[in-house]
Amino acid sequence: MKYIDDFRNPEVAAQFVRKIAAQGQALAAQGRRVHIMEVCGSHTMAIGRYGIRPLLPESVELISGPGCPVCVTDPGYIDAALALAGREAIIATFGDMIRVPGSDSDLAACRSQGGDVRVCYSPGAAIDLAKGHPDREVVFLAVGFETTIAPVVCLVEEALRLGVKNLSLLTAFKLVPPALRALLTDPAIRIDAFLCPAHVSAIIGARAYEPIADEFRVPCVISGFEPLDILYGVNGILAQVLNRQAKVENRYARVVRPDGNPKAKARIERYLEPVDAVWRGIGVIPASGLALRSEFSGFDAAKKFAVPVRPGRQQAGCRCGDVIKGKLRPTACALFAKACTPDHPVGPCMVSSEGTCAAYFKYGMPDEKRGDKQ
Amino acid sequence: MSADRVIQLAHGGGGRLTRELIETEIVPRFGGGPLRGLPDGATLPSPGELLVFTTDSFVVQPLEFPGGNIGDLAVHGTVNDLAVCGGEPKWLSLALIIEEGLPFAVLGRILDSIRAAADACGVTVATGDTKVVARGQGDGLYVNTAGIGLAMPEFALGVNKIREGDCVLVSGTLADHGMAVLSARQNIGFINGPRSDTGPVHRLVLAVRDLGGSVRFMRDPTRGGAATVLNEIVGECELGVLLRERDLPLAPATAAVAEMLGIDPLHVASEGRVILICASEVAPAILKRWRALPEGAGAACLGSVTRDNKGRVVLETLAGGRRLVDVPRGELLPRIC
Amino acid sequence: MCLAVPMKLVEIRPDGKGVAELEGSRHVVDLSLVSDARLGAYLIVHAGYAIEILDQEEAEATLSLFGEIVSEAVSESRIPNASA
Repeated sequence: MKYIDDFRNPEVAAQFVRKIAAQGQALAAQGRRVHIMEVCGSHTMAIGRYGIRPLLPESVELISGPGCPVCVTDPGYIDAALALAGREAIIATFGDMIRVPGSDSDLAACRSQGGDVRVCYSPGAAIDLAKGHPDREVVFLAVGFETTIAPVVCLVEEALRLGVKNLSLLTAFKLVPPALRALLTDPAIRIDAFLCPAHVSAIIGARAYEPIADEFRVPCVISGFEPLDILYGVNGILAQVLNRQAKVENRYARVVRPDGNPKAKARIERYLEPVDAVWRGIGVIPASGLALRSEFSGFDAAKKFAVPVRPGRQQAGCRCGDVIKGKLRPTACALFAKACTPDHPVGPCMVSSEGTCAAYFKYGMPDEKRGDKQ
Repeated sequence: MSADRVIQLAHGGGGRLTRELIETEIVPRFGGGPLRGLPDGATLPSPGELLVFTTDSFVVQPLEFPGGNIGDLAVHGTVNDLAVCGGEPKWLSLALIIEEGLPFAVLGRILDSIRAAADACGVTVATGDTKVVARGQGDGLYVNTAGIGLAMPEFALGVNKIREGDCVLVSGTLADHGMAVLSARQNIGFINGPRSDTGPVHRLVLAVRDLGGSVRFMRDPTRGGAATVLNEIVGECELGVLLRERDLPLAPATAAVAEMLGIDPLHVASEGRVILICASEVAPAILKRWRALPEGAGAACLGSVTRDNKGRVVLETLAGGRRLVDVPRGELLPRIC
Repeated sequence: MCLAVPMKLVEIRPDGKGVAELEGSRHVVDLSLVSDARLGAYLIVHAGYAIEILDQEEAEATLSLFGEIVSEAVSESRIPNASA
């Protein structure tokens, strides 16, 4: 596959692993350890899929952050979706949401009890469903970061253009840069650098991280999701750390531009406005979410059907919040792989396709060793 | 027959319409051999050897998908289960549960496929049954096949025969069927996506019959994919399996759709492949014979049996790392995250 | 949260949607988020929408850099401030 396989070349990977090992040695010689937070759930999954964590030296710690939009969504959101399913709406959703626990139930259970839940690959399928069922309401579960927010607002624009009236969104949009700030200001979390997301960055642009790098003096290196991209990104972070630099570096230049995607940003701005948002496990982060502007409230399912999204009930003992913040490794959670497994998840980190716990469970070696020192 | 004639409940009632359904759809296709005269059961010659006996039910949506349909899937599925148990497939039963409203045209195509697949596999449909359920109770069509095969004495298969150093072979590319079916579903929207690999594997098994003494175990990686088969195997023995990502055979279209939907091909069903574990000395010969057959063109060695990582299946990735290959959890869902 | 793959744009339909292809499999792709997508361009496709156009020159430059890294001697990687 062009532009994919090239970035999975084992010989290049081996060379990067050696370079990173040498950088790790240099850090260790200075008595330093580096905590890199990889923010994006797709990075968490790719790191798991390619077995990258054990290839890194002892002095480099890769922590998973809150970049799983499903994991940071409150269980109350699922409760609202279930309430709408109960009102005979067709619930159109990405596959990622199907088994995320609400306060009492989830969408998979709802479907098996007769709820009309349809898994879509693309938000565009929601328009087809609305046109195909003009007598029913279609509610699209619009959860995601900037990468997904842009396509979803295109959905709204297309619905307006086509005069589709029976489609609405239950939104839980979140923004990455405010979350990075919130994490950096939490004294309990140690972050020395960020491995910045590939495709969120494609939308918002490399320069979006400059205020963070400047204010908090942390290197921010944007990297793609292929294994060579990730290793190249880590290599770039360590080089900055060794040189005591703290700047934004775009190591995914084939896709990410300095100012991102202007059309996407304009469209997001037109339809959505910033709101405070509740991040499961973190709490309220000001202006970290987006909601439909009031002139488009006809597309807002929560308003249209008077089903507000209220905080739900989390299961006792669930430590997803600490995992999302990078404070706790999944394997250190008392419930991990015991009471909490992908078959019987307690929290969304275990069931979301890119949840940190799911990645550890799916890919994690029981005797995970650190990479060689040479 | 008009293009929009559909099955009615009365077709399952046992009366005139049932007779008509059998006469027009079943007898012309399957009425020779043991089914002639439509006895309640087939009387078959027993050569006095051990028999292999299996059954499977097929509930696929959509009923017709790129590369096949529920009909040939049902034939191949049962033929293959017999084959991987070391049985030479001979006879099938065919039971249909038809939902009221299924067009005759669809039924006809599926039955034609069953006939063609059975002929190509050299098996006879010896007995069968049809039932009709009310609209809304059936998903179009469910098929059950049971199969009888003659046990080949050259094989003495068992998980307990597997040894450290054995090779894990597969007869062709992985995951084609599952990805074909998933990408053909509504709301997913692929055009010209992957094609199912549904097909028989018994000729592959027959081709290595004389090496049977060095073949430890066989299974076809259907529901749950290669990951499920291999995890089941290591779950039962005190050994591990190490796979090499560079050696996993994948058809380009399958790999592409798996990437787009975020699905691991090791978790996805094949319906025309064998996974075979053998002594390493015979692996080259098996691969050579398989590759000489059309259904074995993509045969490859996936990896080997190890003493390390007991009870686990591990993948050595393209990045040089190692990670666990777990069984898939729950249904196969496309993801965007 | 950003699963997206590079797919080649092979057709632009009258309704403005594109058809993109990866290894022969095709999917209809919404082009409203990208400007000036030409046939033969590689689109970054997320959930059926093109979110960017891959810069092939940059891609080749990065691959070229990777090629150089492989041809470096192993001993060179001991230099701590290697910037790659």
